[in-house]
Amino acid sequence: MSVLSDHIVIAPLLVPLLAGILLVLMRGSATLLRRNLSMLGVQALFAVSLMLLLQVLDGQLLVYQLGAWPAPFGIVLVADRLSAMMVLLTSVLAFLVMLHAIHGSDRKGRQFHVLFQFQLFGLNGAFLTGDLFNLFVFFEVLLIASYGLLLHGGGAGRSRAGLHYVVINLVGSALFLFAVGTLYGVLGTLNMADLSLRIVALPENDRELVRAGGLLLMLVFALKAALAPLHLWLPSAYASAGPAAAALFAIMTKVGAYAIVRVYTLVLAPGAEGLAELVPSLLLGLGLVTIVVGTVGVLASRGLALMVAYLVLVSSGTLLSAFGIGGVEAMTAGLYYLLHSTLVAAALFLLTDNVADTRGRFRDRLEPGPLLPAANLLGGLFLVLAVAVVGLPPLSGFIGKVLILQAGLTNAWMPWILAVVLITSLLTLTAVVRAGSTLFFKTESKAGAAKLPDMAFLVPVIVFAVLIMGLVIYAGPIYDFVRATAEQLADPASYIEAVLGDAPGSRRP
Amino acid sequence: MEALIAIAVGLMTTCGVYLLLRARTFPVVLGLTLLSYAVNLFLFAMGRLTIGSPAIIAPAHTAMADPLPQALVLTAIVIGFGMTAFVVVLALRARADLGNDHVDGRDV
Repeated sequence: MSVLSDHIVIAPLLVPLLAGILLVLMRGSATLLRRNLSMLGVQALFAVSLMLLLQVLDGQLLVYQLGAWPAPFGIVLVADRLSAMMVLLTSVLAFLVMLHAIHGSDRKGRQFHVLFQFQLFGLNGAFLTGDLFNLFVFFEVLLIASYGLLLHGGGAGRSRAGLHYVVINLVGSALFLFAVGTLYGVLGTLNMADLSLRIVALPENDRELVRAGGLLLMLVFALKAALAPLHLWLPSAYASAGPAAAALFAIMTKVGAYAIVRVYTLVLAPGAEGLAELVPSLLLGLGLVTIVVGTVGVLASRGLALMVAYLVLVSSGTLLSAFGIGGVEAMTAGLYYLLHSTLVAAALFLLTDNVADTRGRFRDRLEPGPLLPAANLLGGLFLVLAVAVVGLPPLSGFIGKVLILQAGLTNAWMPWILAVVLITSLLTLTAVVRAGSTLFFKTESKAGAAKLPDMAFLVPVIVFAVLIMGLVIYAGPIYDFVRATAEQLADPASYIEAVLGDAPGSRRP
Repeated sequence: MEALIAIAVGLMTTCGVYLLLRARTFPVVLGLTLLSYAVNLFLFAMGRLTIGSPAIIAPAHTAMADPLPQALVLTAIVIGFGMTAFVVVLALRARADLGNDHVDGRDV
């Protein structure tokens, strides 16, 4: 056990990497075997993620030096509360999505499980890495796997959306490298803790360059997090992806949000004057714009999948506005909302697939269709998820939004925050209610018969709904945890101390 | 030399962005390639431009070239190469699926 606890920080990377490599080697073997291996990998990932979270629960920062090279010269992985929380969230999501995928949707194309495992590898790497260049590398790993997953199953719609998604992300990667190059050229390091120290000690005439590099970096992360006006790739990509891929992509916008939070709190906030004030106000302003744009999309959607994609956009905007409000309160609210919105979005994508399957040729189009034989079950699940996603009491969306609004009360933009969040909530409620009544109540007599939903596909949705209720029932302990996480983020000195320690070269003039 | 490198990076970025905004997939792929060349050159220059100095600390030489950007650019080249291959295949696939090579799949 001690070997495992020594290497627990790298375990969430190694498990999906090994599972992925094994699955590549097992290309010819039976589907059942590959499914079992992939499922085993995801379960093992869940176990190590849980262990990692338990180790950092007391506020300890775990630093893993690859090859025992001390930072800032070697590559480090760092696990704090936020990283461990994101890794665990990813593994929970992966487990439930895998539960859905092994009942058939993995057979619609080739190599689903390989792509899935490498996607998890990239995600966990991005959450755990301690330097900017490896953040870039893991972004590329998760992106190339996501390209494959998005296109999985084929079809004209997926090719079109996939082309847009790939091109915009490749441009994003190029900008990422420009930003990394600029920061390295001025500061001479890419380790985030070291960057933080060196920015503070920077002479005045180099600061503009660092500001430019930092803002470019924020731009790239905002693209991944789908902040308006960089959100245009999201709706069609998410709506045309297969159910398993779309549900897993619920975490993808959160990677961008995570990177913004990590780089901002650690590197930019302490040292980069000018950016320290600019970034939050940009996040808040553009986040509110994202909410409005997303809501218009929700109202205008003519299919359930597209509507859910726009709901993801709304939640992404809400999340980034919360981070933009600033302060521990708002960060706490944002992190709670992050947990909630990831689970709800994934559940809605899986439910959409179930509804589309039972309605035959009507798919997920929001028009009167056949009478659904299991309308109570499907409609009930839809009701629970809709209440959660819109933010009505008593579910977790309500708690998240109340926390965000509470944090926003002291902000200078208070009227805007309240008005945008409350009015758009009402509008999304209208749209979601209309969608629900069209799908489950209005029937067309000539539409033919609907199929019974496959219970195996509904199980993950039900588990998601239970988890969402768990977020409410255990709101107290979860709130305490995310609050401790936010406090840890507000104290970058302890992170820097943990990474650099008394390593030679860390105390520079 | 600095001016030459800066102009080269700027020129490639300009051409890359122009081609990216074209409506057909082939120019877009070329634009992405040019943009990644520009990035690679830019990253390479970030270790400062030196002539004839080794990338390791050697007693015979007082000056040394920064080896880290060289390692970074190597990684960036490999990733860029893989991505270019992928986007070429994707463009071909979109051409087959959509019946034309317009980026929105519309034949205009």
